[in-house]
Amino acid sequence: MALKTTRQAINEALAMEMRRDKRVVVIGEDVSGGAGTDGSRDAYGGVLGVTRGLLGEFGDSRVIDTPITESAIMGAAAGAAATGLRPVAELMFCDFLGVCFDQLLNQAAKFRYMFGGKVKTPLVVRTMIGAGRGAAAQHSQSLYQMFTAVPGLKVVVPSNAYDAKGLLIEAIRDDDPVIFCEHKLVYDLKSEVPDEAYRIPFGEANIVRDGEDVTIVALSRMVHFSAEAADVLAKEGIDCEIIDPRTTSPLDADTIAESVERTGRLVIVDESTPRCGVAGDIAAIIGERCFRDLKAPIRRVTAPHTPVPFSPVLEKLYIPDALRIAEAVRQTVAYAR
Amino acid sequence: MSADLVAVTMPRWGLTMTEGKVVGWLKAEGDAVEAGDELLEIETSKITSVSEATASGVLRRIVAKDGMTLPVGALLAVIGPAEAEVDAFIGGFEVIAAEEEAEDTGPVLREIEAGGQRIRVAEAGEGGVPVVLIHGFGADLGSWMFNQPVLAQKRRVIALDLPGHGASGKELGGADDAALSGVVVAVLAELGVSRAHLVGHSLGGGIAAAVAIRHPGLAASLTLIAPVGLGAEINVGFIDGFLRAQRRKEVAEVLTLLVRDPELIGRSMVEDVLRFKRLDNVGEALAAIAAAWFADGRQTVALGEAISGLGIPVQVIWGAHDRIIPAAQAETLRGQATVNVLGLSGHVPHMEQSGEVNRLIERFIGLPG
Amino acid sequence: MQMSHERLKKAYRDMVTIRLFEERVQVEFTKGAIPGFVHLYAGQEASAVGVCLDLRPEDNIASTHRGHGHCIAKGCDINGMMAELFGRSTGLCGGKGGSMHIADMNVGMLGANGIVGGGPPLVVGAALTAKTLGTDNVAVCFTGDGGSNQGTTFEAMNMAVVLKVPAIFIFENNGYGEATGHSYAAGNTDIAGRAGGFGLPAVTVDGDNFFAVHAAASEAIARARAGGGPSVIEVSTVRFFGHHSGDAQLYRGKDEVARLREERDCLKVFRKSVTEAALLSADELNAIDAEVAQAVEDAVEAARAAPLPVAGDLLTDVYGTY
Repeated sequence: MALKTTRQAINEALAMEMRRDKRVVVIGEDVSGGAGTDGSRDAYGGVLGVTRGLLGEFGDSRVIDTPITESAIMGAAAGAAATGLRPVAELMFCDFLGVCFDQLLNQAAKFRYMFGGKVKTPLVVRTMIGAGRGAAAQHSQSLYQMFTAVPGLKVVVPSNAYDAKGLLIEAIRDDDPVIFCEHKLVYDLKSEVPDEAYRIPFGEANIVRDGEDVTIVALSRMVHFSAEAADVLAKEGIDCEIIDPRTTSPLDADTIAESVERTGRLVIVDESTPRCGVAGDIAAIIGERCFRDLKAPIRRVTAPHTPVPFSPVLEKLYIPDALRIAEAVRQTVAYAR
Repeated sequence: MSADLVAVTMPRWGLTMTEGKVVGWLKAEGDAVEAGDELLEIETSKITSVSEATASGVLRRIVAKDGMTLPVGALLAVIGPAEAEVDAFIGGFEVIAAEEEAEDTGPVLREIEAGGQRIRVAEAGEGGVPVVLIHGFGADLGSWMFNQPVLAQKRRVIALDLPGHGASGKELGGADDAALSGVVVAVLAELGVSRAHLVGHSLGGGIAAAVAIRHPGLAASLTLIAPVGLGAEINVGFIDGFLRAQRRKEVAEVLTLLVRDPELIGRSMVEDVLRFKRLDNVGEALAAIAAAWFADGRQTVALGEAISGLGIPVQVIWGAHDRIIPAAQAETLRGQATVNVLGLSGHVPHMEQSGEVNRLIERFIGLPG
Repeated sequence: MQMSHERLKKAYRDMVTIRLFEERVQVEFTKGAIPGFVHLYAGQEASAVGVCLDLRPEDNIASTHRGHGHCIAKGCDINGMMAELFGRSTGLCGGKGGSMHIADMNVGMLGANGIVGGGPPLVVGAALTAKTLGTDNVAVCFTGDGGSNQGTTFEAMNMAVVLKVPAIFIFENNGYGEATGHSYAAGNTDIAGRAGGFGLPAVTVDGDNFFAVHAAASEAIARARAGGGPSVIEVSTVRFFGHHSGDAQLYRGKDEVARLREERDCLKVFRKSVTEAALLSADELNAIDAEVAQAVEDAVEAARAAPLPVAGDLLTDVYGTY
């Protein structure tokens, strides 16, 4: 089986689904690029090259470059989804949610419910998350918690290429609006990815590593930092189980709870900000379900309650890393009532 | 360093194993061991199994204690004469990197076109009348991970992924015994094999038998491990459960039906099945095969009589604790075939008691173990 | 006015249905039979019906919080609508949507919308579906003068032009965004003129005159079907009720509504023009009035008698699968 980057895996998933179903279209700013210029088309293929090449195979009626107009992109995608297309819309950076949230929050997410179940909205919104590239406060956030809070939306936060392909294909074939959060620094990570199409069901966590002493729940890029931490901790005799929920809505709370029932300890790693976030949500759920199993307080390792800073020195401090994760695990394991 | 000392190292089971955990030693330091004795239990993320001694002597030193996780190739213990100097041997031991080892001895994978289908084959070893390994329903060639490397020390051994399985094409030309045995015959033709010892497990046993029945002369012998085709009864709960299972827990539940000891099944074996089942067209392929072989909750392909009339050596290996197909069905061939019922196995004795199964196969096809 | 007898009768029936439906909703709401709040469409009937008459069931429309008229004009069943307003499980949305979210995809009604400016981007999408799948369907967005000031509306018009999709934007200018006058709220009160700046044909029509609305809509629809891209129509119209039912309307001039009902009632204008031209007789029109009155009465009776949702309905229809 071939090693592929997450970027390749996503591109492959898009191309395969577009081949399989002519209702699948890609729409967004510079998804190909170069329209209306003297230069070449497909100049960008997505701002980080994820959709490159689709234009050549599928043409500009299905790889649709738009103006910089997020509300119209999200709204058009929602309207198209409700009327028979299966659009994959790109919200270039999740930070741009600020200029288009209504079309997701009040439109796409609510169609099915407020219309009494008679409308389906097979919409996928691909969006970039994550700090670590010096992109500062408005291009670096990880806002999946905001989407997760909205009933009617499904939220996918893949950590690797294999998952990204299977989850994106699932998202495209799903009849509900799905927000697909791609971390900029996961794009170049490689894993073994089948050439064939496959679907990974939503709401099924991946157990990345088996362990007995402590459960680490981590999302997206944080899965890799947690694995680094677990390698270090293993040498200290601390055996970490790592769970990657893969989707925050639906959330596979069962797998997390079953693990905590065994380990009695939980550390949650979330690159997003700490208040009203996914880490807090998981902590609350496990607190409710596993109170008697817990041997130590649940710990969250998150970004601070600040905007994402620009200076690399500060940005490095902002992002949870393996050292912080390992320290949180040590404290959790050392905790004595 | 004494040449008489032999290193016991972390084995490499299957294509993806990189490390293993020592569950526990079945022999103590100072014990005399014979080649083939069970030495220790090793757990990988895929499966827990027993590693056997490859040499006879005294278990001089256990290097890897219970609970340690070590990479493939790492030194676990030393076997040798009582008088040999062990410390220097241990000090001078070098781990062969897993990748290099794989290149040297691992089966070579490739995809071929056979009977209009894309089929993945794994080849290992050279010479002799080749052994062909045919896996069961929903499995793949990886299920021979304990067998192919061992059998391949003495001859060419070919394992294949059936259509709809593993890395082979997922579009079936047909799902019945004629179609699937036809693909195996086409694979052998493509590989230039005109005569082979056929070894099949479960559904693969039925297919191996069908090959032998439909193509006289091709099979030199037939080893059927818990095969279909000898009776009507089959655990339809397993077949349906396997078809239906989409989530880790569901898959784990059905896989435990395969083994006597559910502890054997590791997370990554479950994950591998999930990854397989998630592929487009796999569900359809498996359903078609199930419909062709196991309609209405019972086996619909009867091969026993034809097997009895083959006139080639036939052996049957069955786990006494098989919960998929009852071991009693082995009795239908008693008298016409060598029947071995293994007391410590469920439906997959070639994994559960691989050493024993390897010895039975080697003895049966005429090579000393 | 070259329109078949049957189409004329349908147009009149639809307009009367809207009028009588809304007037009855006002009564039922005042009695407390209808929960929440409702925004009534009475006075604007010629706009909805004039625009929708040439639409097919496969064409989609998106509407506003003042959406009952659009629903009826596009073919929604008034029994299902009334039951929805009453919060009954037999409502078009099972009682989960209410007045502001009536939708029926079977007739191309993509939903009333509680968000001003929520609909225009959706319609670009519906039009994109038509263009991408190669049908000659069109999509129509109803918005008000209030919605004409929303950024989403600007973005939608621009993108419709850029993508050359068969979208038609209808701005029903009734002079009020809630309790604020259009003359205050818009830097340039000429909605069509401003829209034209996006590079699409834009006209203003007299919303009291069904035939004027229909003619403009007919042209825009034909252009869109033929691949000629989007259009804008500003319909100058009037609102007989307040922003919402129960609105004291302190912002309106003395006797303004009475005068509008007298001078700018599109139903009266229609009746006068078709009878004077001898296209429909007074008897025919009166018969339609009576029929519709009975149908509205029946809808209310049915809604009253209809079952309420059950507790389990709370949790269904959030997702297809979850």
